[in-house]
Amino acid sequence: MDELKLLTYLAVGLSFVLYIGIAVWSKASSTGEFYVAGKGVHPIANGMATAADWMSAASFISMAGLIAFLGYGGSVYLMGWTGGYVLLAMLLAPYLRKYGKFTVPEFIGDRYYSKTARLVAVVCLIFISFTYVAGQMRGVGIVFSRFLEVDLLTGLIIGMGIVFIYAVLGGMKGITYTQVAQYCVLILAYTVPAVFIAMQLTGNPIPQIAFGSQIEGTNTYLLDRLNQIVTDLGFIEYTEGSKSTIDMFAITVALMVGTAGLPHVIVRFFTVPRVRDARSSAGFALLFIALLYTVAPAVGAMARYNLTDTVQTGAVGSPDGNLVYEERPEWMKRWEATGLLAFEDKNGDGRIQYYNDANPEFQEKAAEYGWDGNELTVDRDILVLANPEIAQLPNWVIALVAAGGIAAALSTAAGLLLVISSGISHDLFKGTITPGISEKTELMTGRIAIGVAILVAGYLGYNPPGFVAQVVAFAFGLAASSLFPVILMGIFSKKVNREGAIAGMLSGLVFTMGYIVLYKGVFIEPVIDNVPENWFLGISPEGIGAVGMVLNFIVAFTVSKITREPPEHIQHLVEDIRTPRVTSAAE
Amino acid sequence: MSGNEGNANDAYWKANVTHIIVSLVIWFVVSYGFGILLVDPLNAIEFGGFKLGFWFAQQGAIYVFLILIAVYAIRMNALDRHHGVDEQ
Repeated sequence: MDELKLLTYLAVGLSFVLYIGIAVWSKASSTGEFYVAGKGVHPIANGMATAADWMSAASFISMAGLIAFLGYGGSVYLMGWTGGYVLLAMLLAPYLRKYGKFTVPEFIGDRYYSKTARLVAVVCLIFISFTYVAGQMRGVGIVFSRFLEVDLLTGLIIGMGIVFIYAVLGGMKGITYTQVAQYCVLILAYTVPAVFIAMQLTGNPIPQIAFGSQIEGTNTYLLDRLNQIVTDLGFIEYTEGSKSTIDMFAITVALMVGTAGLPHVIVRFFTVPRVRDARSSAGFALLFIALLYTVAPAVGAMARYNLTDTVQTGAVGSPDGNLVYEERPEWMKRWEATGLLAFEDKNGDGRIQYYNDANPEFQEKAAEYGWDGNELTVDRDILVLANPEIAQLPNWVIALVAAGGIAAALSTAAGLLLVISSGISHDLFKGTITPGISEKTELMTGRIAIGVAILVAGYLGYNPPGFVAQVVAFAFGLAASSLFPVILMGIFSKKVNREGAIAGMLSGLVFTMGYIVLYKGVFIEPVIDNVPENWFLGISPEGIGAVGMVLNFIVAFTVSKITREPPEHIQHLVEDIRTPRVTSAAE
Repeated sequence: MSGNEGNANDAYWKANVTHIIVSLVIWFVVSYGFGILLVDPLNAIEFGGFKLGFWFAQQGAIYVFLILIAVYAIRMNALDRHHGVDEQ
């Protein structure tokens, strides 16, 4: 076994020992511990757990690569996936914590005095969480198969086994403290290579500053140089976007509101002791998330620069300006073996030409240079994973990145599986089907539900339905258009009633789902071509949740106006959740 | 619940909602405003090695979000005590 493989096994193995150790230490013994960790989690610990819960395999592995290729257009993810925490901290978390029950559908059911509303909410929750979790299991499988060189299925089974142990045993309590550990592993794995690369490229070790610094040994700013080389190769400027303003706007709204409406994120704020902890905890969560999210765009820009600079060794268009294929660096050879990086010598000159051959204005120039199409395809997912290799960092850094990728995927998967299981055991069984069950039976139901959910998630990860790539739009769009508006109205309005909430949720849900299916096709072929000319108001399926959310609000308010207002005790309930102090009237 | 307590709670809630509205206006301006709607004019301004609009979209907005939550959390603790609705 070579050194890299040994180190990787060591890093991943040690992290697993840590997770299982925590699970044994934090076994849950009541439903309160199983669902909300006994409401005893310190706000800083909860902030870390929320950050790990939130940052998935996609954030860790894909986001920087996505930004590298989208440039300014990638900003929607940066703002969209952080701005939601402001909404959470001010509009949802403190009041839901005051309310003090276990699940999101439970709040919706009580506030709208309706089992139907609770059921609709459970359906939304299960759909959102399952689509999300399939992607996580896939991420676990990919990291395992790339770094530990086991096949995808073995990787998946190992990942499922680990989650099974600590989620079934520890419930929310076990998940919370493993997530704290997972956050530490993943943030270290993300920032260490970024610091090294920033240092090499600009001489400044802080990626956020290096991003706006001059390239070492020159007096040209990194971003200016990057704009220059990518436009020379026919791409749009890195700091310019290709998305329309209205679409950028709508996608950012859908992602922000979707973040605030994701059940596995909201429920994290049920685990802290007090209302004031829910507020501060949202701040800590965003702080820990921002550590990765402000580094990611720097990593993206530096990776794009390094990649282009590696291939384009001399002046654009000069006969010896491109890298000779036979002289390519080691990391390219390694990733070629995975199929995620590919070279095809279209003009037969033995050199790699990497440029934008989809740009009609650039074609003439390319022909002049004797280029015959782009010859290098790079999967955006490899940039973060290949980063330490590109920067020629020591093997232990590569091993750490592998452990970090697995931590990111496992922590999110566990959080999702928990809300699925609590939706089933607490909202479906205890709340609707078998209200009379004892706490012990409910706890057992929860454990069985989480076990079954892991199996389903594993299956989905191994046999991803064709739509896995499209589910991000789904999960966020649905959370934004169904759950977020009814929770918000349930707190900030005393007038929105049962009929309004149900009609609002359903119209937001049906509209958003319908739009996405129409353009992207999920179980059916897309009905309409997914091109900007066909979009409603120029808004892509990724951003349509924003419109669904507005629709939900309008329908809910209108229906509430023409039907009977909520009963008095509900209006008191709303008043009560608005203030932190527990009054005797509420007990 | 007595009438007085109701009034006190109303005042607390009003102060809370006002703070939220001000925060969300700032939240909107730095992200949707500076990062998206006004990005082109702001990009004409250089900020170190960044174009300012681009910097807000990829860095600045996130820093402002953090400050907003921190200020809200601290202000609300004081407001809770002031209105006598803090957790005992």
